[in-house]
Amino acid sequence: MSRKKNTAVTEKDPVEIIDAIVRKHSVDRGATIPILQEIQQTFGYIAPEAITRISDLTGIPESEIYSIATFYAQFRLQPVGKYIISVCHGTACHLAGAEKISDAFEHATGAKAGGTSEDGLFTLEKVACLGCCSLAPVVNFNNETHARVTADKAQALVKAARAAAAKEKSPKGESQHGKQEV
Amino acid sequence: MENKKYKVRVGLSTCGIAAGAGKTYDEIVPLLAACGITPEKTGCMGMCYCEPLVEVIDSEGKSYVYGNVTADKAARIVEEHIKGGHPVTELLVLGTDAETEHAPFIAKQHRVLLKHLGKINPESIDSYLEVGGYEALTKVLGSMTPEEVIAEIGAAGLRGRGGAGFPTHLKWKYTREAAGEQKYIVCNADEGDPGAFMDRSLLESNPHSVLEGMIIAGYAIGATAGYVYCRAEYPLAIRNLRTAIAAAGERGYLGKNILGSGFDFSVQIREGAGAFVCGEETALLMSIEGKRGMPRFRPPYPAQKGLFGRPTCINNVETLANVPYIIREGAASYSRLGTENSKGTKVFALAGKVKRGGLVEIPMGLTINEIVFDIGGGISTGKKFKAVQTGGPSGGCIPASLGDTPVDYDSLKAIGAIMGSGGMLIMDEDTCMVDVARYFLTFTCDESCGKCTFCRTGTKKMLEILNRITEGKGTESDLDLLEDLAKQVMAGSLCGLGQTAPNPVLTTLRYFRDEYLAHVRDKRCPAKVCKALIHYLIHPEACVACGACRRNCPVGAITGAKQTPHVINQDLCIRCGLCLNSCKFNAIEVASGAPEPQEA
Repeated sequence: MSRKKNTAVTEKDPVEIIDAIVRKHSVDRGATIPILQEIQQTFGYIAPEAITRISDLTGIPESEIYSIATFYAQFRLQPVGKYIISVCHGTACHLAGAEKISDAFEHATGAKAGGTSEDGLFTLEKVACLGCCSLAPVVNFNNETHARVTADKAQALVKAARAAAAKEKSPKGESQHGKQEV
Repeated sequence: MENKKYKVRVGLSTCGIAAGAGKTYDEIVPLLAACGITPEKTGCMGMCYCEPLVEVIDSEGKSYVYGNVTADKAARIVEEHIKGGHPVTELLVLGTDAETEHAPFIAKQHRVLLKHLGKINPESIDSYLEVGGYEALTKVLGSMTPEEVIAEIGAAGLRGRGGAGFPTHLKWKYTREAAGEQKYIVCNADEGDPGAFMDRSLLESNPHSVLEGMIIAGYAIGATAGYVYCRAEYPLAIRNLRTAIAAAGERGYLGKNILGSGFDFSVQIREGAGAFVCGEETALLMSIEGKRGMPRFRPPYPAQKGLFGRPTCINNVETLANVPYIIREGAASYSRLGTENSKGTKVFALAGKVKRGGLVEIPMGLTINEIVFDIGGGISTGKKFKAVQTGGPSGGCIPASLGDTPVDYDSLKAIGAIMGSGGMLIMDEDTCMVDVARYFLTFTCDESCGKCTFCRTGTKKMLEILNRITEGKGTESDLDLLEDLAKQVMAGSLCGLGQTAPNPVLTTLRYFRDEYLAHVRDKRCPAKVCKALIHYLIHPEACVACGACRRNCPVGAITGAKQTPHVINQDLCIRCGLCLNSCKFNAIEVASGAPEPQEA
């Protein structure tokens, strides 16, 4: 689920980018998933227009691409916030109180698990499992994994991110393209 | 001025980085540079509980492993050990001459696969070659026929480490004997069981060992191409594997005419997209083909008709990592380890309420108690050992009373659990077994692909019952209903996901029925976990009215003024536990039973 910064996205025509991605993978058999993965990595999510374009280029029906995109948990069909918070709900994290950590993030960000906060800053999700079970509970906060997270630490992370975002004073709407800090 | 006196290694696997190893590395690099030392990056030593780890090796080869090395401790190690020549004994977790409380964690293990983890640099093929890497492949291509390779693996008694324990050499034999020109070998690295991280660590810390095993498997079955299906949640594993594939290609261990033998083999990585069911072999193949990962009926087995309709052999990461060792050291040396029907070692990811959690490799047949107490150091909370969960959502909960059970395929099966892929979760008295069953059912219900009615709807109905029980709305007849449904789901599901999904429920019902009864009869959660069956109380005599809980309460349920003991409004309280964490005076108690309705 790597989310790379891609500043070129906003400058280039999205259709051209999609075309290049499809062309790159089309030599492989069964490349639908890698194509969707790279599109999500580039744009932060898979827009309906992207599905139409892939279908046009590959001849795979839109319905089939949509069925694949909705089958796999990794794919998002909605734009994401500036910060993506993945709270691990693996067994060890569950035993160590992951539910409370998710609650703490919900309260601090205003986003519900699986959704994005109204200010477009935070997308909150539950994942299983990040594979750092000995350090539970674990949270991936914008691609950085945090060990032994407490409710206090969750609040502090959100607070720091809010402060950083305010400092940037980024114009509204930029997060629509899922631009991330890595 | 290069310093030859000391070598320094920093463990930089995912768990290390999560614990702050990246910062430690950044801190120590300039400090060591001043001493003429470039630290080596290594993977996971398996001592996840005391990450970040830094190892110092002196000119005599003596090793000193430091644990919990935060940035300031790194500076101290450089100052006192590297510059001053005196090891910092109080930070040592392992050492050639040191007697530490951590030593049994490694000493009681038998490390075959993990031997080089945390020692070699996973990004360097030379580092792997130095410890005998690719010797097995050289031997196979130079002097063995594919049939001999298969026989050797058979003699070693290697069984699939993904959980089911199918004899590896038979899978290879069937794929080899299947008709067809193009054949495939697929490495299943879709380690989806929550609580399991053995495969991640192997791929991150010693990717060449898996790759070498895969190339040998390819030669044995007559495949010229292989796929590694790795979950996307493991970016570092994927990155290190990519590096390894490129390096192996450059050195002639992959590609056309490998080592001049005429054998061609290439490997591609496919990233999973977050579907637990894709760990099932037919679903995994569907996913590589770019479809929805839904299992299909077998036969035909993948050995006859697999990826793109061709004969395909699917092996788990750990299974393949065993192969180079068996070839290099010989089947006899491998089959000496373990029990009669379960040969060799097994790697477990030990986690939960255990003091020393991490990667544990044991010869098959060691008992659960030996793992929990001798290796794991016992329960971290100081409370009583209650249960161990193996096999993730497909496995079972084994009560502490069966702690003398040997860990092998057959013994675990006999008590209703399974070996599984290697997740081993330790639970103490504070764990509610009904909640654990509910947790796993939530997971399998969510991950069911929806193909079979019993799995799709049955797990949902089972979850509804479990939710009811944890909410204090269950009845005793619910327990019978659960058991009945469990049997139906097992019988009516096509693949392993559905067939094993009821295991956590059945084993907890079998071994912890009292706890279910407390929930349904007394409306009580003995472990004080289920939110609807507990409430928080402030003891007025212990409360100093500091206001910490009031400030931390996210819903404003706590009231109180200066010098007035605080009170929780039970109607508003969401039982998040933030007040409990914030109270420094032990004035807040979690009480069993639903809260009494508030008087106005």
